Amino acid sequence: MAIDGLIKKIHDRFGDRILKTERKSAKRVYIDIYPKDIVDIAGYLFKDLGCRFNIASGVDDFNGIEILYHFAHDAHAVVITVRAILKDKDNPRIETITGVMKAAWWIEREIHELFGVEFDGNADLRPLLLPDDWPKGVYPMRKNFVVPKRDSRKG
Amino acid sequence: MGLKETLLTKSIYVFHVSSGSCNNCDIEILDCLTPRFDLERFGIILVGSIKHADVMLCTGSANRLTIPIIRKLYEQMPKPGFVIAFGACGSSRGLFKDSYNTGDPLDEIIPVDAYIPGCPPKPEAVIGALVKLISKVTAKKGK
Amino acid sequence: MKNRATIPIGPYHPLQEEPEFWKLIVEGEKVVDVDVRIGYNHRGIEKISEAKTFDQSIFIVERICGICSSSHPIACAQAIEDICGIEVPERALYIRTITQELERLHSHMLWLGLAGHFLGYNTVFMWGWKYREPICDIMETVTGNRQNYAMHKVGGVRRDIEREHVSYILTRLDEFLKQLDMLKGAVLDDPVLHARLKGVGILTKEAAIDYSALGPTARASGVDIDVRRDHPYGVYDRLKWNVITQNEGDVFAKAVVRILEMYESARIVRQCLDTMPDGPIDSKPKDIPPGEGIGVIEAPRGECFHYVKCDGTNSPVRHKIRAPTYMNFPTFRETVIGETVSDATIIMAAIDPCYCCTERMIVVDSSHKELFKAQDLIRLSQEKTQRIREKLGVK
Repeated sequence: MAIDGLIKKIHDRFGDRILKTERKSAKRVYIDIYPKDIVDIAGYLFKDLGCRFNIASGVDDFNGIEILYHFAHDAHAVVITVRAILKDKDNPRIETITGVMKAAWWIEREIHELFGVEFDGNADLRPLLLPDDWPKGVYPMRKNFVVPKRDSRKG
Repeated sequence: MGLKETLLTKSIYVFHVSSGSCNNCDIEILDCLTPRFDLERFGIILVGSIKHADVMLCTGSANRLTIPIIRKLYEQMPKPGFVIAFGACGSSRGLFKDSYNTGDPLDEIIPVDAYIPGCPPKPEAVIGALVKLISKVTAKKGK
Repeated sequence: MKNRATIPIGPYHPLQEEPEFWKLIVEGEKVVDVDVRIGYNHRGIEKISEAKTFDQSIFIVERICGICSSSHPIACAQAIEDICGIEVPERALYIRTITQELERLHSHMLWLGLAGHFLGYNTVFMWGWKYREPICDIMETVTGNRQNYAMHKVGGVRRDIEREHVSYILTRLDEFLKQLDMLKGAVLDDPVLHARLKGVGILTKEAAIDYSALGPTARASGVDIDVRRDHPYGVYDRLKWNVITQNEGDVFAKAVVRILEMYESARIVRQCLDTMPDGPIDSKPKDIPPGEGIGVIEAPRGECFHYVKCDGTNSPVRHKIRAPTYMNFPTFRETVIGETVSDATIIMAAIDPCYCCTERMIVVDSSHKELFKAQDLIRLSQEKTQRIREKLGVK
């Protein structure tokens, strides 16, 4: 299957820098890596394998803050998701991949303001979505931020 | 209720404000001006500046960024002027009421004269609402 | 440093229906930099979704964007189905494909009308939106609503296309296509539009790949990607249709791609109605086990991406939504710098931005003097078209 060929190439290149590989189906694979290796792996997927960068997503999990980088390999109809777990929730940091592709420009700003993740090397982490008067240090997509249910007729 | 209000009911200039909508309502509003519904034949047109408007048509569930802008626009609208809350979001914030970025409902930010519920309201509902608004204004005039 | 001035457009600009704030920094007539602020449409949908059940999430994502009202629900349903391989019945796959393509038809026609308005062709605007109505009527007949269809669910679709609707759909589609032929001739053969739009706002193929541009924005720059062919869903892999690409990457190429795609969409709908089998429309899945799923579909503007994570409960732990304009929007900076102010509006419109899908921008505070008001920019665009008309001796 095409996906197995892609997985083998990634394993041949990165060896034991891959923590875990989960082949969920013929079209989906999730690869866990150390956060320090993200630039190399993103560069390999984008430049060498010719994948397209779909998006990155943050997840606030009990393990830490997970950043998932989703890449699409259009020729083989596969989505490869690279997972980096940032264990220190008080100070989650990972290197920026905007040097590899401009496509990550906005999503790093978004994850920074909604989850509080620092992207080292990214000089432009200005807020993208939240208003100027949003309190610093409050990250709405974290699980400890709970939105109270409101009456539809009162404020 | 004077000459201005009477004139208001003859040819209404509408300023459309979207305070964070999904665009459905905005498309249906623009649709009202296209040949099938053609509100322009009643003298109703969309204007580009709030200072020329008789009616402020608000779509969207006002989020924190847009609330000060809505207030400022309402203050700039020449009075008497009317506000119409358009759609479920304009009326009561719809299903966005539980969002961290949504503020108060529109009618607690500025006074609202008419509500057009729907998601999105059909152009026929817009025409119906304008007729009701005109009736409300002329009924007050009779008092 | 040369004399730079800032032109703010927005936040309530008659050009677009949605609020956003653009700041174009110009030297003379040329744009040298652009910064943009969004957040005016940010409604925190991903967080709301975490408090809803999977069934309710489909209704919320429908309201991310009015025009992609079929795209986001299908992508969301596919992401949830991807978690544990839920099968979707054949007939439901056909109905999903049909609603998807009808949506593409009315979205591209809507775009054509808006683009006409920005250029000063108000007749194109009026006719484009008038001839979009047959598609809205079809949607109302089939789904019950002109815009938010509430048609899709996890495991299938919520309503069937009745036998008696099929001839109605085909009749209205023929009506639409006849008018499309007329508009296509009016737009693609017009020398004024050639002069106005060719060579304007070019997005190179390299930049399109670097920004991961999607949909017609990428295909107009020669990037041959289309989720319907590359990551097949629905029944696209069983039908005959073409992916439309152009190579120039300018505004004209983007218009050509969208117009020709409408013909392909009509082909797909006809083939679906011809070959759609009878059968159930809902596999009625019961529980979603813990896991993660991804759904991708080709919305009118490009790829819609949904990621859903489940922990065995009835609500998503995480629901990531990425709409196509999120990737296309940053390309505006590439395409507008170096162009004149009067072209800025049509270059932006050429991306077919659906701000409500994306809501991203940020304001750069500037103490520069305001040169033009918002309405002036449409006027500038329309005046440029008029100048070209006069130069070519066209009335």
